[in-house]
Amino acid sequence: MEYGLDKRSNALKIFNTTFIIVWLLVACFPFIWTFWGSFKVRADFFSRADWWYAITAFNTLLETGGKFTTDAYSQAWTEGEFWKASRNTVIVTFFVVTISLFLGTLGAYALSRSTRNYAFWILIAALIFRAMPHITLVSGYLFPFFQLQIWGILPTTIVVLVAINQPFTLWLLYSFFKTVPKELDESALIDGCSYFQAFRHIIMPVMWPGVITAGLFSLMLAYNDFTVTALLLNQENHTMVPKIQSYLGTNQHEGNLMWAVSAVVSATAPLFMLVMFFQRQVISGLTAGAVKG
Amino acid sequence: MPNKTFFWFFLPTGLAMILFIGLPIISTGIQSFYAQHDQVVKEVKKCDPFGCTVSIVVDQEKTSKIREEKPLGKFNGFGTYVDRNHLAIEEIGKFWSETNSFGEFVDQVTNLPFYKALIFTLTYCLFVTPNVLLLGFIIALSLNAVTRRIRGPLIFGTILPMIVTPLVGSLVLFWMIDAEGIIGANLQMLMDDPYLSLKSSKTLTWITIIIYGIWHHSPFAFVVFYAALQTVPQEPVEAAIIDGASRWQRVRHIVLPHIYPVVTFVALISLMDNFRVFEPIIGFSAEGSAQSLSWLIYDNLVNEEVILFGSAAATSMMTIVGIAILLAPVLIRTWKEFRTAR
Repeated sequence: MEYGLDKRSNALKIFNTTFIIVWLLVACFPFIWTFWGSFKVRADFFSRADWWYAITAFNTLLETGGKFTTDAYSQAWTEGEFWKASRNTVIVTFFVVTISLFLGTLGAYALSRSTRNYAFWILIAALIFRAMPHITLVSGYLFPFFQLQIWGILPTTIVVLVAINQPFTLWLLYSFFKTVPKELDESALIDGCSYFQAFRHIIMPVMWPGVITAGLFSLMLAYNDFTVTALLLNQENHTMVPKIQSYLGTNQHEGNLMWAVSAVVSATAPLFMLVMFFQRQVISGLTAGAVKG
Repeated sequence: MPNKTFFWFFLPTGLAMILFIGLPIISTGIQSFYAQHDQVVKEVKKCDPFGCTVSIVVDQEKTSKIREEKPLGKFNGFGTYVDRNHLAIEEIGKFWSETNSFGEFVDQVTNLPFYKALIFTLTYCLFVTPNVLLLGFIIALSLNAVTRRIRGPLIFGTILPMIVTPLVGSLVLFWMIDAEGIIGANLQMLMDDPYLSLKSSKTLTWITIIIYGIWHHSPFAFVVFYAALQTVPQEPVEAAIIDGASRWQRVRHIVLPHIYPVVTFVALISLMDNFRVFEPIIGFSAEGSAQSLSWLIYDNLVNEEVILFGSAAATSMMTIVGIAILLAPVLIRTWKEFRTAR
């Protein structure tokens, strides 16, 4: 807090700076280290003899002739079929984001403009749904999906992820719609618009910041999901996160652990880039429910 | 908005939630009363020159026929709930009468799979939630004191642990903490114990997973607290400075009361998220010494031979009851507020 009156002592300033530096190291170093290690061979990154090898690249030099190697990446993406997993992730993420935004904006708009009691109860129900551990829902899905023979395919997973995502999207967009003044759509209604026209032509154009935020969170949920995708998709259709886990399972194969390392980096990099770009929206989304509500 | 318009606007999202969140909970409830079929056995008489032997073998044909006819399994009532892998009523009764001291009894009970998982889940919630609140608040306070110009990149660095999926986050830490990783190897050197490793000790595993939890969830608490700090009114703070209040007194008597509602919000969300802890157990390959309720369900669902729908469903229902108990105070408060508001 920068108040003119508030004079900080030097000791406090030093303590503060040290604390932030230490925390940032704790928060970021694991990612930097993994990124660095993904260009080494396994004997270096998981060195039994001396962890210093990971820095000097002793074995990498012996095995590949260079200090850095992209073998893990090229093998994981081709042999390990990570390209397929990332393609599946792109498909799932794209459809989950579009469909949940479509359903979510309609529903949240209705909730924000309704003055009835049931709107309140729907929001409470959504909160309870939000609290359900995903694995308990999955244990409810598996049996019916096997019976209906819709297990293992991408569309099923997309619909499930959209549904699981709805409670959060509704709450988020609800708090954004609440900030749009009612007079705006009321005047449109008086001018003879239907509710849908008012929504489409008057409200949506001013809602883009909220929609982008909600979209980002749907994207992160679909992109990061493990529970649903690991259990509802068959091997062929696995997305990136379950794929990474499958590299861990077959530990006997020498290259596989490094595949997992390079896959982790490949999966995380786009996400970091996206968040760097949309940092403001992510933060406004996280706080929308808390501070305004 | 008229009811009819509301209905059409809300229909798509409502349908999605009812079909894929409401119905699955009911489906889980129904499944929990069924158990998988026993295998049908038949006696096979085999005669050779030395005499006849009767052996019991599994009748594959009949077994699969029964499974096909009644895929849900046989009705089991509350049988699954009270069996050894869940509430274990019988076993607890036996332990009660057989053990000599209370400590021994507790020991026996906490070795049962369900109670073991319950205790881990609760321990995890109990240690992670308060620490997340505390660390998040401290980070928010100290970042708030930094020059505005460099806050952007600092915030980006701070929220990294939160935006990666728990599986990836725990893997990244595990690769460093493992005996062959940078931290693990240095710890071995420091402690002068070449056999020190995560997997060898239950306590170490628990501590690691709890530290991971704090690392992963603190950024969320930070972001919310940071935003709340921006809304703290300046006048009372300035008045307090003039009155000679110390920094701690200002935080304690002005800042904390102002952001109190947000603290309960963060505590609630983080309790809900911590109660479903599951991916870090896979990331740290800690199945041996740490199991959570969600992990038990996962383990039943990926069972190699037969998927244990009934068992998974029973654990799921009890997890839902646990969540309901956690949420109850909040729901009761909301209900009271709602009633007085009307």
